[in-house]
Amino acid sequence: MFGRLTLEAFQHDWIEYAAGLSMVFGALATVILLTYFRLWKWLWKEWLTTVDHKKIGIMYIIVSFIMLFKGIFDAVMMRLQQVWSVGDSMGYITASHFQQVATAHGVTMIFFVGMGLMFGIINMILPLQIGARDVAFPALNSISFWLFTSGAMFILVSLIVGEFAGTGWTSYPPLSGLKYSPGVGVDYWLWTIQISGVGSLLSGINFFVTILKMRCPGMKLMRMPIFVWASFATMIMVMFAFPILTATLNMLTTDRLIDTKLFTTEAGGNPMMYINLIWAWGHPEVYILILPAFGIFSEVVAVFSEKRLFGYKTMVYAIFVITFLSFIVWLHHFFTMGSGASVNAFFGIMTMIIAVPTGVKVFNWLFTMFQGRVRLDTPMLWFLGFAIVFVLGGMTGVMMSIPAVDFQVHNTLFLVAHFHSVIIGGVVFGFFAGYSYWFPKFTGIMLNERIGKWAFGFWLSGFLLAFMPLYLLGFMGATRRLDHYEPQTGFFPLFAVAGVGAILICIGFGLQILQILVSIKENKKDLSGDPWNGRTLEWSTSSPPPHYNFAHIPEVHSIDPFWEMKKEPEMKKKPLHEIHMPSNTGVGVYLGALSFIFGFAMIWHMFWLAILSAIIMVGCLIARLYEKNTEYYISVEEIKRDA
Amino acid sequence: MKNHYKIALVVLAIVVAVVATILFIQNNNIPVLDPKGIIGQKQRDLLFITTLLMLIVVVPAIAFTLIFAFLYRKGRPNATYRPEFYDSHLAEIVWWGVPSIIIIVLAVITYQSSYALDPYKPIESDKKPITIQVVALEWKWLFIYPEQSIATINFIQFPVDTPINFEITADAPMNSFWIPQLGGQIYAMQSMRTELHLMATEAGVYRGCSSNLSGEGFSGMVFQAKASSEQEFNQWVKEVKNSSKFLTLDEYNVLVTPSEYVPASFYKLEKQDLFNYILTK
Repeated sequence: MFGRLTLEAFQHDWIEYAAGLSMVFGALATVILLTYFRLWKWLWKEWLTTVDHKKIGIMYIIVSFIMLFKGIFDAVMMRLQQVWSVGDSMGYITASHFQQVATAHGVTMIFFVGMGLMFGIINMILPLQIGARDVAFPALNSISFWLFTSGAMFILVSLIVGEFAGTGWTSYPPLSGLKYSPGVGVDYWLWTIQISGVGSLLSGINFFVTILKMRCPGMKLMRMPIFVWASFATMIMVMFAFPILTATLNMLTTDRLIDTKLFTTEAGGNPMMYINLIWAWGHPEVYILILPAFGIFSEVVAVFSEKRLFGYKTMVYAIFVITFLSFIVWLHHFFTMGSGASVNAFFGIMTMIIAVPTGVKVFNWLFTMFQGRVRLDTPMLWFLGFAIVFVLGGMTGVMMSIPAVDFQVHNTLFLVAHFHSVIIGGVVFGFFAGYSYWFPKFTGIMLNERIGKWAFGFWLSGFLLAFMPLYLLGFMGATRRLDHYEPQTGFFPLFAVAGVGAILICIGFGLQILQILVSIKENKKDLSGDPWNGRTLEWSTSSPPPHYNFAHIPEVHSIDPFWEMKKEPEMKKKPLHEIHMPSNTGVGVYLGALSFIFGFAMIWHMFWLAILSAIIMVGCLIARLYEKNTEYYISVEEIKRDA
Repeated sequence: MKNHYKIALVVLAIVVAVVATILFIQNNNIPVLDPKGIIGQKQRDLLFITTLLMLIVVVPAIAFTLIFAFLYRKGRPNATYRPEFYDSHLAEIVWWGVPSIIIIVLAVITYQSSYALDPYKPIESDKKPITIQVVALEWKWLFIYPEQSIATINFIQFPVDTPINFEITADAPMNSFWIPQLGGQIYAMQSMRTELHLMATEAGVYRGCSSNLSGEGFSGMVFQAKASSEQEFNQWVKEVKNSSKFLTLDEYNVLVTPSEYVPASFYKLEKQDLFNYILTK
């Protein structure tokens, strides 16, 4: 009946209990509050079943922030162990627990913070920037979000029921195979990524079609904002890369479930094939995260320099050079597998070529500032922080692209420092820039600038303290995922500094939460809809925008259309028309919940439940196909009332 | 006035960080930057050349970031504002061109060094190389000296200035075999045989480890690599050969079971083709 789920799955050490219980209490408190204020109906109608891209975007961001909290907590736990577990002391958690924390940190940050923030911001902004009223497939968008959330749930539930994988976030076999990891940890890992991965793939298709088919009149491809171009390239990568991930995970799943021996070291299996496949997805994945961040910076720099983006066309070309190259560099993740000099040299050179278009983008941003009028508001500060940190991260990246150098730093903390430089410096700073830039658009209130700047200061200094020592630690021979070391190595002082950095980052994150609360309390309204003197269409509508986005679909004649519109004298008001909008649907929530049950059943080998939930899932989809009231009209009177 | 305060504080922090880093590097052993092996030295030189080449682009990028943000900040009196300057062929040529030239130079270096420092390439020397067969186990390293007919756990010794041919496999999840002070690493994989060629140029005891997560005991897969004179090495081999422990197949089957933080131990090799046995197991 319960497969391999027994009471033993609920037995943990005190730290896991504390984490699990605090989570359960958090959930309980939410339920009680919702019941007390009688908000369930509101929650269901206004949020959970919504197909409004803006609300879905906000929900993505909320989930991502919760996961970011967890990811940062994991990171602090790891650093604590690393300053504690030296020589005779074995620290406060077991090696196996440490490795689970390390794996959970990676998975959380890549799939549920990086991807979540990316899809969140794309959801909120992209349709507005192309002058559309929604995405191409609104119900599918809701399904994507719920699959993403359902995937995130596995990581959280694994704290209470069973365990998480301790195999590193890429879970290489044979370690992740049945022989060396017979427990449920790797299965949790598989289903958390598999389900959220399907959601990402569906989103990729959705936004690809949205960009191609839903642009407002006059918005030719070469007039699209760079954020839209970046998202477009990203969606192409999502569509090509995520099927590889799905297939790879499926193969590992069958290996673990019915012993297909695809990635075992005996009977003709080959783990090296897995390593190739996971990185054939994994490398484009890195660019899937960074390109939208590049797009955000392109918007922010132009607006806060009060100047058009420098070299628009080159920016577009650079994006597509990066997109193409991202698919032919995956082998640089394992130069040390012994592929031979010619293969290593090819992938090394391909990798370093990526530095050229990336460098071009950086210089284009910098020359957007050149002879502009630079306003140092929070979004721009994030950009400046990015420019410095990311360039350093890029430099260490090129160093590692040379196979002979990589042999000395591969899998060390030097590598860890490198990818945190580009992911925190690039992706995270990018999304924070976008978050502080677009927050007034989505909530109608301005963020408290003062706290925002302090948060930036803590994040930047925390980042530098937490990761610069890791470059040196890598040179000292400290490998990643290390839960214990001898005092003679001399690692300790640097780990201690890194720990201080992690604490500063925590404070920075705490300040960001405080910033939201203070801003809500201050309630400084943005009545203009255009607080930053923006250039693109999202600023032409009110803050927050009406759920149909635009009363009139805008017409575009140039790059930076809103900037041009503002220069022109007031145009004659066109007559209003009825607006055709998609209706809310619960299908996303149902599919998300069912896919969670399905995954959970597969993890614990409750096959009857897996089959049952799969059947209901198909039933849900069929029922959705026969649903009649999937769209409605907004009358002219109602639009007038809003205006 | 307040801003000057902040800038001074930032400059002070940077100075403190730089001084602390220099002091730290001087007072600590940084194996990758201070290699004692011929491969490691070449890899370190390559690291420095690459860094210098990259700085040609990195320094201007960071400098421009700070300078432009300062010079063109809104409200600075007499700052030029030229919003129509958003396109320049000359500028584009410079920043597609200069990085491209650097990357071409780096590509040549990459191509050459990939062959020159290929871990599979034997090191040329007058001395006869020593073969050490490496087996990653859960969670310790087994070293087999087929020519000397001995085996060790978590310890190797070899003469200085003599090439060492490592033949590497695993009877465990994937590991990566690495002695930072001598030179780069290579994966140790079950049913696969990889190679690594290193040569120590200075006597000493160096730390070796696994750099790829391989399960619970992974952090304890640390071993010592001792480079000594040839005389000392021969002496050591003799001592090990006189030891009473034999590495038989039965003993190996005990070794293969998981254990953590295993101290160094020494064996006389009984099963001569043990490495091939493990490889084809």
